[in-house]
Amino acid sequence: MELDFSVVIEYLPRLLSGTWMTIKLVLLSIVLGAIVALPLALARISKNPLISGLPFAYIFFFRGTPLLVQIFLVYYGASQFEVVRESFMWPVLREPFWCAIIAFTLNTSAYTAEIFRGAIQAIPEGEVEACKVIGMTKTQMYRRILLPRAFGIVLPAYGNEIILMLKASALASTITLLDLTGMARTIIARTYTPIEIFLAAGAIYLLISMVVIYIFRLVEKRQNRYLGTQSIKVPDKG
Amino acid sequence: MTIKKLALSSAVILTAAATSFTANAADTIRIATEGAWAPFNYIDNNGEPQGFDVDIAWALCEQMEADCKVVTQDWDGLIPGLKVRKFDAIIASMSITEERLRQVDFTDKYYSGGLRYLAPKGKEFDLDSLEGKVIGAQRATLAAQYLEDNFMDTATLKFYDTQDSVYLDLVSGRLDIVLSDELPTYDWLKTSGNGDQFEFKGESFKKEDEIGIAVRKGDDLKEKFNQALEAIIDNGTYEQINAKYFPFSIY
Repeated sequence: MELDFSVVIEYLPRLLSGTWMTIKLVLLSIVLGAIVALPLALARISKNPLISGLPFAYIFFFRGTPLLVQIFLVYYGASQFEVVRESFMWPVLREPFWCAIIAFTLNTSAYTAEIFRGAIQAIPEGEVEACKVIGMTKTQMYRRILLPRAFGIVLPAYGNEIILMLKASALASTITLLDLTGMARTIIARTYTPIEIFLAAGAIYLLISMVVIYIFRLVEKRQNRYLGTQSIKVPDKG
Repeated sequence: MTIKKLALSSAVILTAAATSFTANAADTIRIATEGAWAPFNYIDNNGEPQGFDVDIAWALCEQMEADCKVVTQDWDGLIPGLKVRKFDAIIASMSITEERLRQVDFTDKYYSGGLRYLAPKGKEFDLDSLEGKVIGAQRATLAAQYLEDNFMDTATLKFYDTQDSVYLDLVSGRLDIVLSDELPTYDWLKTSGNGDQFEFKGESFKKEDEIGIAVRKGDDLKEKFNQALEAIIDNGTYEQINAKYFPFSIY
């Protein structure tokens, strides 16, 4: 089989426009996901089952079902009901872009909440006790000590989640969005050169991942510089 | 049993297994279809592929006295899969086009298609311009290609993995109008629960659209299929299968 990479050059502008769509999807859902995840994680830590119950169920549901199913439920499922189609939500829900953002945000916030919770609970008990001894209120303790501390601990695992989200965003192509994968498949439908175009798309995903990894290295170094040259010991699953 | 005997007998078994395996692989014709294109090919409640294409496939195999296996594969993976020998033929209502002929060989046609617009009843369209409309079609089909060639810059085009998803979004109102093959849509209008709210718009076009069986370039399977096709058309088998799905001839 001969490979003909001239198709990659010919269709590069379209691949790049797909890349831009992928970046928008990932950035927006990561930011929204983090905003939803923080209160979820804090509520999840609570020892009061009335407060921790709902976040537990939320995280359990969105981590336990496939993202593809969640996307289909939001995009095709919701639109089956006339109530939804006539509601004020329809202008948003009829757009595949927003359906993808909703599904991705719900999904990534569940994972991110667990990552945040893990980070907060990984803070040595002694530091928490020290806060209490000084007489900090719970709010002061979280704002001054626990959340900044957790931020340093969370970075490696959180970077990992962003890369997973980047790859999961390929599922947006199933609801007509022309993200990098969707664009690649549309090009292939015309050129019948799956190997060349998918190789090119794969290379672009790899490049984005490299940028994400690099940014997280920088932030990690800065955030954890009080640890000296030794970097923080959190297993890197990447 | 001594070690020697054991080794010998297992060697015999292995050779026998290997021979039967190669014999099988050579004789069985693996035919791929999509399984999401009723009534031409779809998956029934038992998970078996059914439909016009599948009936034709079995009729051809019987005619050729060949051992066949029908497998399903997503639409846009059919030609790539054929090229890398995942299967030996595609009987999936695939139109014979110039682009595809550069990749694969086609047999003679086994039916003829045509494209036609589908939209909600009571809405009027200027089918020549369709400016600003949201038009849907299945990805990697003649319809999608026609839309890309004609309305790429003036309308919003949406492409789906399966025709069923196209219908879903037409019903939900995300699509103004759909372009698809006339025959399966004819079936959808009649059989689906929402069919009564929709109708064809305009006449069908691209009637020269011929549907053939795709095989790898240079494969002599093409000739075998052509002979079998001629035979089942002559002996009335084709007509019987046709009548099962459409009250008119689709050849």
